[in-house]
Amino acid sequence: MLAFLIKRIGNAVLVMLTVAFLAFLIFRFLGDPVEMMVNESATQVERDELRARLGLNDGFLVQYARFVTNAAQGEFGLSWRNQQSVIGLIAERFPATFELVLIATFLSLAIGIPLGVFTAIGRGRWWAEGLQFSSIVGVSLPSFLVGILLILIFSVTLGWLPGYGRGDVVRVGWWSTGLLTPSGRAAVVLPALSLSLFQITLVMRLVRAEMLETLRTDFIKFARARGVRRRALWFRHALKNCLMPVVTLTAMQVGNLIAFALVTETVFQWPGMGMLFMQAVTFVDIPVMAAYLCIVSFIFVTLNTLVDIAYAVIDPRLRNA
Amino acid sequence: MTAIEPVKSSAPPSRLSRVFQSDLWWSFKQHPSAIAAAILLAVLIGTAFFAPWITVQNPYDLASLDLLNAEIPPVWMEGGQWPFLLGTDVQGRDLLSAILYGSRASIVIGAASVAVSLIVGSVVGLVAGYYGKWADGLLMRAGDVLLSMPTMLIAILVSALARQMLPPYLREVGASGVIVFAISLSAWVQYARTVRAQTMVERNKEYVQAARLIRVSKWRIMLKHILPNTTTPLLVTATLNFGLGILIEATLSFLGVGMPPEQPSLGTLIRIGNQYLFSGLWWIVLFPGLQLCLLVVSINVLGDWLRDALNPKLR
Repeated sequence: MLAFLIKRIGNAVLVMLTVAFLAFLIFRFLGDPVEMMVNESATQVERDELRARLGLNDGFLVQYARFVTNAAQGEFGLSWRNQQSVIGLIAERFPATFELVLIATFLSLAIGIPLGVFTAIGRGRWWAEGLQFSSIVGVSLPSFLVGILLILIFSVTLGWLPGYGRGDVVRVGWWSTGLLTPSGRAAVVLPALSLSLFQITLVMRLVRAEMLETLRTDFIKFARARGVRRRALWFRHALKNCLMPVVTLTAMQVGNLIAFALVTETVFQWPGMGMLFMQAVTFVDIPVMAAYLCIVSFIFVTLNTLVDIAYAVIDPRLRNA
Repeated sequence: MTAIEPVKSSAPPSRLSRVFQSDLWWSFKQHPSAIAAAILLAVLIGTAFFAPWITVQNPYDLASLDLLNAEIPPVWMEGGQWPFLLGTDVQGRDLLSAILYGSRASIVIGAASVAVSLIVGSVVGLVAGYYGKWADGLLMRAGDVLLSMPTMLIAILVSALARQMLPPYLREVGASGVIVFAISLSAWVQYARTVRAQTMVERNKEYVQAARLIRVSKWRIMLKHILPNTTTPLLVTATLNFGLGILIEATLSFLGVGMPPEQPSLGTLIRIGNQYLFSGLWWIVLFPGLQLCLLVVSINVLGDWLRDALNPKLR
């Protein structure tokens, strides 16, 4: 087990060092940091001084090591666009993205699991097959288009829900939440739904496949012979045996959701990290881009590693893999 | 699925009749959704490629645009006009023409990204699987790193950065190349893993040893002997990745790091239409979106069918 832990964590560290290296290359060689930080009238002497102070004359590896050390402490320098600290900008936007992803994950489970059970028990009926087919459509719909369609229907045509922004937010310490105000809750519905649609279809198809397999097993037949009611049979006995892969999928997909939130946030003008990143792309604000890359990869890699380790704890056969 | 072995004639069949007598063709005929998807896809690709001959105007020839024709709704609505079947945008551009031209860009980029990642992935997989040792470790570790990040994030990042690095006069011309590169960068890993696994099985088989004995060169063994035995799973991956490539391209263009407005793809059209979402001009965004859906859905339905039809476990 220890060997597995070391190997798996070592792998994660290797990936993070590679990502940090790429971020460092972008940060160091795409555009000149000195030119971006001084004003137009700065003399050559001032520029050289700044260059020396930033340590840009040091060796390549020294600079990389310094970048990694700083990044590990959350220090990504100043934004080129507005001279604010990058980590501060990201911390300010993080709650918005986190809440969006959290609610999208909740929706994907709350809608996806029942749909999966129904399509499994109704296999062969027209409505179950129809749902199963529409899940292919769900996978094929690009997430930005789902968002636009939702805005078009529920915001422009029906006028039920807001189509952009985050509504009113309440500050709880450094965290800003939109979930405590009515307008904030109304604003999160459409973006969360649009972000979770792909996820819903994934969960639904997974639960359906697992259910079909479980319903064939002997213990279900025994339960039926014992006279267990059908609803209890499906939702209590069979479903419980299907949830393990769903938990894994959900944990693995959180990283993807954060990446896809980038698209959703652009469509709904949601003030999260993704929109910060897209603005940084437009203004070539390299420190923000590098920091976003490092932080999102960190979340992604950490989750994947935790899932792998959790699996090895549960199933010892995987430890030799 | 219950597959019945088709009756084989004793005479050596011609190429065409071999297609019609294959298990795959038999399975195709049994699946109405696959047939519908294939017909739809053929129509979409056909109309996209013959766009210059069937559209009423060239939507990117500014001389053919007339601002008097701006913001016309689709013909079946009040105020609709011939020949603008699906209406026009704010510059007086016929939407149907723009969609057909845009589909062409989307399809070409999707196909090119499949071709590039398929070729790169197959070569990497063959080399890693055949040579093993450090080549295997290095190539596959590189793939692990790429797969440890969301594909979409890599594509957005690469596309955004590459555009910054290109000199301005290349940005328009190079846009499609940059997108193909951005998509293929993480797409090749899937092909490489498949080919590698298959190659490791095949390389110890007798026919490979026999080829080695008569001194067939390594590359010839890899490309002519081993590669043909790995094609079935590649076909499924390639089909599904074609749809995925079109989706990623559309997303990049929608975010503004893809195709420029001068040579729009479907994603660019949706990006443009999205600006008029709240001003009641819904058709500018809805129809390109619908076209994109039809395209990707038909490809995915075909891919889904292909995966089931080629899966020996489901026979």
